[in-house]
Amino acid sequence: MRALDRKLWRELWQLKGQAIAIALVIISGVAIHIMFGATLDALRQTRARYYQDYRFADVFASLKRAPESLQARIAALPGVAEVETRVVAGVNLEVAGFTEPITGRLISIPDTREPRLNRLYLRQGRLTAADRSDEAVVSEAFAEAHRLEPGAKLRVVINGRRQTLTIVGTALSPEYIHQMRPGSIFPDYRRYGVLWMGRRALGAAYGMEGAFNDVVMGLANAHAAPKVIDELDRLLTPYGGLGAHDREDQSSHRFMTEEFRQITLSATLFPTIFLGVAVFLLNVVISRLIGMQREQIGTLKAFGYGNGAVALHYLKLVLLIVLVGVAVGVGVGAWLGQALAALYMDFFRFPFLNYRLTLPLVLSATLLNLGAAVAGTAFALRAAFALRPAEAMRPEPPVRYRATVVERLGLQRWLSQPNRMILRHIERRPLKSLLTVLGIALACGITMVGRFQEATINHMVDVHYKLSQREDLAVTFVEPTSWRAIGSLDSLPGVERVEVYRAVPVRLRFEQRSHRTTLKGVPPGGDLQRLLDADLRRLTLPSEGVVLTDYLGQLLGVQPGNRLIVEVLEGGRPVREAPVVGLVKEYLGVAGYMDLAGLNRLLREGPAISGAYLAVDDRDRPELYRRLGEIPRIAGTAIREQEIRNFHQTMEQTMLFFTFIATLFAVIIAFGVIYNSTRIALTERSRELASLRVLGFTRGEISYILLGELGLLALLAIPIGFGIGRAICAVFVNGAQSELYRIPLIIHPSTYAFAATVVLISALLSGWLARRKLDRLDLIAVLKTRD
Amino acid sequence: MTIHRDRVFLARGLTKIYPMGEIQVQALRGVDLELFAGEFVVLLGPSGSGKSTLLNILGGLDSPSSGAMQYGGRDLSVYDDAELTRYRREHVGFVFQFYNLIPSLTARENVALVTEIARNPLPPEEALTLVGLADRLDHFPAQLSGGEQQRVAIARAVAKRPEVLLCDEPTGALDVQTGVLVLAVIDRVNRELGTTTVVITHNAAIAAMADRVIHLSNGLIARIDHNAQRQAPHEIVW
Repeated sequence: MRALDRKLWRELWQLKGQAIAIALVIISGVAIHIMFGATLDALRQTRARYYQDYRFADVFASLKRAPESLQARIAALPGVAEVETRVVAGVNLEVAGFTEPITGRLISIPDTREPRLNRLYLRQGRLTAADRSDEAVVSEAFAEAHRLEPGAKLRVVINGRRQTLTIVGTALSPEYIHQMRPGSIFPDYRRYGVLWMGRRALGAAYGMEGAFNDVVMGLANAHAAPKVIDELDRLLTPYGGLGAHDREDQSSHRFMTEEFRQITLSATLFPTIFLGVAVFLLNVVISRLIGMQREQIGTLKAFGYGNGAVALHYLKLVLLIVLVGVAVGVGVGAWLGQALAALYMDFFRFPFLNYRLTLPLVLSATLLNLGAAVAGTAFALRAAFALRPAEAMRPEPPVRYRATVVERLGLQRWLSQPNRMILRHIERRPLKSLLTVLGIALACGITMVGRFQEATINHMVDVHYKLSQREDLAVTFVEPTSWRAIGSLDSLPGVERVEVYRAVPVRLRFEQRSHRTTLKGVPPGGDLQRLLDADLRRLTLPSEGVVLTDYLGQLLGVQPGNRLIVEVLEGGRPVREAPVVGLVKEYLGVAGYMDLAGLNRLLREGPAISGAYLAVDDRDRPELYRRLGEIPRIAGTAIREQEIRNFHQTMEQTMLFFTFIATLFAVIIAFGVIYNSTRIALTERSRELASLRVLGFTRGEISYILLGELGLLALLAIPIGFGIGRAICAVFVNGAQSELYRIPLIIHPSTYAFAATVVLISALLSGWLARRKLDRLDLIAVLKTRD
Repeated sequence: MTIHRDRVFLARGLTKIYPMGEIQVQALRGVDLELFAGEFVVLLGPSGSGKSTLLNILGGLDSPSSGAMQYGGRDLSVYDDAELTRYRREHVGFVFQFYNLIPSLTARENVALVTEIARNPLPPEEALTLVGLADRLDHFPAQLSGGEQQRVAIARAVAKRPEVLLCDEPTGALDVQTGVLVLAVIDRVNRELGTTTVVITHNAAIAAMADRVIHLSNGLIARIDHNAQRQAPHEIVW
C-alpha cells in the first residue's frame, strides 16, 4: 500500500467519531429516499400489473334493470372492447358472534366461465358452482377480519329474505383494492364485506333473470372513455341508469389515486428535505474537515505532490465515508421500504407485491451524495490550493478581530473576557457561524416534520367527530324513503333522537370543472350533524342554495354567489342550477349541503330521505343493532365510534410508522450535525485553548469558551429551526390536501418543545464528549508543534 | 572545503511583499545572489530579515513579487504551479523547523511518501540509516524525540537525492546536544552526497559549519563571509 493510502486509513480511523456521525446523516437521508421511492415504485407497478393481469374495467355503470339483450348494443358502441353485465346488490350480513351491523355488496360472477373483466384472484378455496344458490366467495379482507375459512357459514338478508350462505372461497378483486363502504373514507374490514355469487343464483334472488343492473366495460383505447360514457348514458337512461363513469370515479381507483398522490408527495417532499439537509451538512462538514488539513496539504505540496494527487487523496477519504453511508442507507431504506409496503398492503388489498429496488432510485441517492461530498471537498481544496505551499504551512495570520456589535453598543461592561471571546469569534467568521446555525436549524426543523401530524390528526378527529358529526349511529336506506320512516326509527329501543338526511349522488359543474360527489339535504336546527364555518362556529343553512366543503369549492373554483350546475345521477337524472351560498370547514371528505326541504324542492320530489342520524342509549345498542338488521329498507349502519377508530387505525398504520422513522432519522441528523460542529470547533481551536490553559485558565473556563459558543449558536438556531420546521410542515400540508382529508397546519407546542429538546440534548451530549477531550488536552504537545 | 564553481542558483533583484493581516510586509527588497553546486551556505539574520522568504523562493514554495530566480539557467519566477511542483519533486529537499512529519505515518512511511514520487530515490531504510535511525523505522512521530523527528525529516528530504537541500531553522526547536546531532547529519549529507545545502538560522555559531555565510538584514544581503575552514558540527558550541 502506498504511504499516502496508509495515511488515509489511519486518519479515517482517527476521525472515526466524526466519520460515523457524517455517515449516519447520509444513511438517514438515503434511507428515507429509498424507503419512499421503493414503496412508491412497488405500489405503482403492482397496481399496473394487477389491473392488467386481472382485466380491471375502464367504464362502469349502474342502472335499475335492463334486459340482457342490451348487452349486444353496449358491445357495439365504438371503442368498447369487452362487456360484462352483472347483478350487484347491497346486503346486510350477520357473522356468528359479531353483534354490530355489517353491510356488504353482492356481485355476480358468470356461472360457467371466468369474468371477462374484474377477474377474481382466488386466495383460498374455489369459485361458486353453477348449480348452487347458497355458495359465495368473500373478499379476503372481510374473511381475515372475521377469521372465515372456506366452509364457514354466513347469514345474509337478500331482498328482505334471510338466507344462509356457505363460503367456498376467499378472493381479491382489482375493483376492491381499496375496499370501503360507500360514503366512508376509511376501510373497515369487519363491518363491510364484498361477496361474489353465481349469476343465476343472484339473478333469481333479485328478480334479475335475463336482466342486469350493473355493467362494466373494457375499452380498446382509454381515451375513448368520455365518448363511450355519453353513448352509454343515452342507452341506459330508459333503464334507470345512474350515470356511467370511468376509472377516475371508480371508488377504489379514485381513493387509491388520492392515496398515491399523497404517498408521492411524501416520497418526494421528505426525501428531498432529508437528503437536502444531509447533503448540505455533508458539504459543510467536509469543507471544514479539509480546511483543517491546510498545513498537511502545504507539506505534501512542498514535497512535490501535485494538486491532482492531493485532491485525489482527500476525495478518497470523503468518498469512503460517503459510499459506506450510501450503501448502508440503501440497505436500511430497502428494508424499511419493505415494512412500509407491507403496511400499505393491508390498506390496498393486492394479491402480490412487486417490490424491488430500481437502479435509478439507488443511483439518484448515490450521485446526490457523491456530488455533495465532491463539491464540499473541491470547495475546501480550492481554498487550500490557492495558497502557495509556503503560506499554507505558515500558521494563519491573526485575523482581524474587532469589537462586536454588542460591545459597540456599549454593553461590554456586562461581558466577561470569555464572553467577549465567544462573541468576537462568532462575529469574526460570520459565514461559518451562519452555516453552523443553519445546519442546526435545519436539523431542528426536520424533527418537527414527523411529529406534528400526531397532534394534527387528533385535532381533525375532534373537529369532525365531536363538533360536526355528532351522531352515534348513521343509518342509510336502500332507496329514498318517505318521512314516515322517522316514526319507525323513533320507536326503536334506545333511540333518543333521530335526524334525517337526504343524500343524492350528483355531478357538480362550474364552468369547465366538474366533480362527482354527494349533495346532502339537512333539516334546519339539526343537532347531530352540524356544519361549521372557517372559525369552526356553527353555520345555519339558508333555505335555498348550496353550501360546499371549502376544499370542494377550491376544486370547482367557485365562490359564494356563483351558480352551479347540479346533474343528479339517480332517478330521472334531472339537471338543475343552484347558487353557492357558502363554504363549510371540513377536514374529512367533501360534499355539498342544502336545506332538506330546499333539496326536495330542487329535485321536485316529495319529502324523501336517504337515511338518518341517531343518538342512542348505549345500554340498548345490542338490541338496537339486532332490530336494525331486520329492517329490509336499511342498507347500512355506521357507528360513529367505529369510524373514529377506523380513522385512527388507518392514520396510525401508515402515517405514524412514517412519523416514527422520520423522527428517528431527524434526531440522528440533528445529533450528527451538532456533534460534528463541536468536534470541528474543538480541533480548530485546541491550540488556542491549550494556550489559555497554560496561561492559567481552568478546564471549566476553556470549556466554557468553546462550548459557550456552540451553545449560543444552538440557541440561536432553535427559533430559526422552528420557522424552518413550520415552513416544511406547511409545504406538506398544502400538498397533502385531497378529497379524502385535509390536514390543517396546527403545530402543537409539544412539537416545538420536542424539536428544541432534541437540539439541546444533542448539544449537551456533544458538549460532554468535547469536554472529555478538552480535559485530556496535551498542553505540551499542542504548544510544542504548530497547529 | 572546496567551493564548486558550477552555479546552481542565480537571483537578481528579488523582492517580495506580502500582506500580513492588515499590514503589508516587505520581506525582500532587492536581493542578488549566486549559489554553487555542492556548497554549504548558512543564511544568517534576525527574525524578519527575509531569510525564510528567500529560502521559500529558492525552494519553489513561493514566488517573488519582482526580480528573477534562476535554477540551472531557468527562471523559477515564471513557473506556474505545476512546474513548481515538478521542480520541488525532482530537485529540492526540505527540512522545516517543526519537522512537518505526517503524524499518521511511521518514520519509514514518512520517507516513503517522498520516495514514491521521486525518480531515483534511496530506499527509505537506507535514508533513515544515513541519519542514524535504522532502529526506529516503524515508530510514529509521536513516539520519537524532537531530534529524532528532525532526523526523519532530513532522511525524508534527502531520500530523493535532491540537488538542493533547504533547511529552515532545523535546530530551532531542539536543545544543543540534539541540535548538534542533526547538524552532523546535514553536514554528512552535504559532504557525502554533494548536495547543495542552504541552512537558515539565527544562531551565529552554526555559521562556522558553512562554506559561505550570507547575512541578511531588513530584506537585503548585508554581507557575505567566506569561511576558510568549515568547522565540524561537534566542535560547535552555543
